[in-house]
Amino acid sequence: MSVLVYVENAEGKFKKSIFEAVSYAKTIATQLNTSLTAISIGDVASAELENLGKYGASKVLNVNNEKLKSFINQAYASVIAEAAKKENANVVVLSNSFSGKGLAPRIGVKLDAAVISGAIELPNTDGGSFTIKRTAFSSKAFATVEVTAENKVISLTPNSYKVVEDGGSANVEVFTSENKDSDFKTIIKEIVRATDKVSLPDAELVVSAGRGLKGPENWGMIEELANLLGAATACSKPVSDADWRPHSEHVGQTGIAISPNLYIAIGISGAIQHLAGVSSSKVIVVINKDPEAPFFKVADYGIVGDAFEVVPKLIEAVKSLKANS
Amino acid sequence: MKILVCISNVPDTTTKITFTNDNSDFNEAGVQFVLNPYDEIALSRAIELTENGNGTVTVINVGEASTEPTIRKALAIGATDAVRINAKPTDAYFVAKQIANYAKDQSFDLILAGRESIDYNGAQVTAMLGELLDIPSVSIIKKLDVDGDKATVEREIEGGKEIITIPFPFVAGTAEGVAEWKIPNMRGIMSARTKPLAVLEAIEVKSLSKIVKFETPAPRGTVKLVDAAEPEKLIELLHSEAKVI
Ligand SMILES: Cc1cc2nc3c(=O)[nH]c(=O)nc-3n(C[C@H](O)[C@H](O)[C@H](O)COP(=O)(O)OP(=O)(O)OC[C@H]3O[C@@H](n4cnc5c(N)ncnc54)[C@H](O)[C@@H]3O)c2cc1C
Repeated sequence: MSVLVYVENAEGKFKKSIFEAVSYAKTIATQLNTSLTAISIGDVASAELENLGKYGASKVLNVNNEKLKSFINQAYASVIAEAAKKENANVVVLSNSFSGKGLAPRIGVKLDAAVISGAIELPNTDGGSFTIKRTAFSSKAFATVEVTAENKVISLTPNSYKVVEDGGSANVEVFTSENKDSDFKTIIKEIVRATDKVSLPDAELVVSAGRGLKGPENWGMIEELANLLGAATACSKPVSDADWRPHSEHVGQTGIAISPNLYIAIGISGAIQHLAGVSSSKVIVVINKDPEAPFFKVADYGIVGDAFEVVPKLIEAVKSLKANS
Repeated sequence: MKILVCISNVPDTTTKITFTNDNSDFNEAGVQFVLNPYDEIALSRAIELTENGNGTVTVINVGEASTEPTIRKALAIGATDAVRINAKPTDAYFVAKQIANYAKDQSFDLILAGRESIDYNGAQVTAMLGELLDIPSVSIIKKLDVDGDKATVEREIEGGKEIITIPFPFVAGTAEGVAEWKIPNMRGIMSARTKPLAVLEAIEVKSLSKIVKFETPAPRGTVKLVDAAEPEKLIELLHSEAKVI
């Protein structure tokens, strides 16, 4: 028995959500009295791989060959499942990223495993049972799932587990796998990635704006505030529907669900469908000129005021906070 | 072109979520059920792709008879025919196994589902189906264009997108952007009543997991308001009290 964690890289680097997944998987390994192995696929420097030991991986399987250079979920799932079998792993952990969503179910089927997507806490393994908490109803509720299958594939929601750094250096081993040709039917033609911006699903801080901003030309101050804070930008559905902002920024029941440490909602009314995707944020700040806006009912901090007056002052305040610290 | 669209029956987005049976079951009393919004996007795109007699769109639902109004809605929007696998789904694996069992010898070119259902948000059916049928799957797409025997899709990734070509057959999970929601017209509603809806028995599937308890998030305390004349106080609170910046 062992625990295996898949460490997804973005252009050769690991993001914080991956260190969270390794730390989380290490704690599960400790709960189950076993050790943690990581598997990396793609071109990652060995120093980065050894560094995973810091978060608890004792061994890293490195899969680095030309065919597996870019992400093809079918092929990656085959490799990870093969590694799980070889390592005798009955728990496989991944980050619940966009790629993780395409991988976890395929690995689950290959291993006859139960798939728990979007876990937000450590499993409870008392008395030989295995239960785990995840979000449901688009963050309007939590569900505790009891897993009866021997094997488990768990995808961890980013920003829901702390990074623990108390380990040493990991041993890196080369891992080779046999992929079927049918694993490689999909062809990636182009990858467009904005590397200068914080990506929304991973963001610890999010500045979001809604229809109250009146038009796309007014987003300059939203971006400025976000840049100063190192935050990602988000928006409500009508805003992306009107093409004021890209669909990838749309949060809520039909957009993406996020759980940052701080969510600042500017000119957003707080409709139930919007709240569904953001209510598990740790701290919520609402800026709205209408004191009756429903968003204030679920906010921790608020300002009743005109965004066009308030936001520029917030920008100044953040600048002076940064200057003084 | 032969398309299968997987649809689920979910509580309307405005539903206040409550539970019964010692918090082990979702409380369906008084809840309005609808076609899962993401599935509706998948269905809309499937209908666009088969317009002008250029193919068929079958919708499939794994559910009990109570889901039939939602299936009829899908037929009213424009699906050609429908299949209901008669069972109360236990988890995503159960659903994927039923659909795979139906689809395995039907030679669909394309199988679409919503990126996730808005009730359990598992986002698992798409990739499980791909694995069970041993064909490619792509989990969250924002664009889908067909070109002969293959398609070009845009897959969402953190901070960007990937443009991928995939040969038929494959499975895809759709998100907003793939199509506009379609509203059924009167003719669609009338014809939906007589379109074929086959009810098939479920196959036996071993359950791998079950939900044992639900809870709702702890309510937040009352909001702390900062005077609009002094927004800098908010930054101060976020820095020294909430410690998030
Ligand atoms: C099936 C379905 C799914 C949906 N999914 C989503 C979803 O995923 N995400 C989502 O966001 N919505 C979703 N919606 C839409 C949702 O119901 C709301 O319509 C939407 O969230 C409202 O967006 P908004 O708050 O930006 O706009 P509005 O509701 O128009 O609110 C604008 C707010 O800005 C304030 N305001 C105006 N001017 C100023 C100013 N100068 N300064 C400060 N404040 C100002 C107003 O007081 C108001 O509160 C969905 C709806 C349906 C039916």
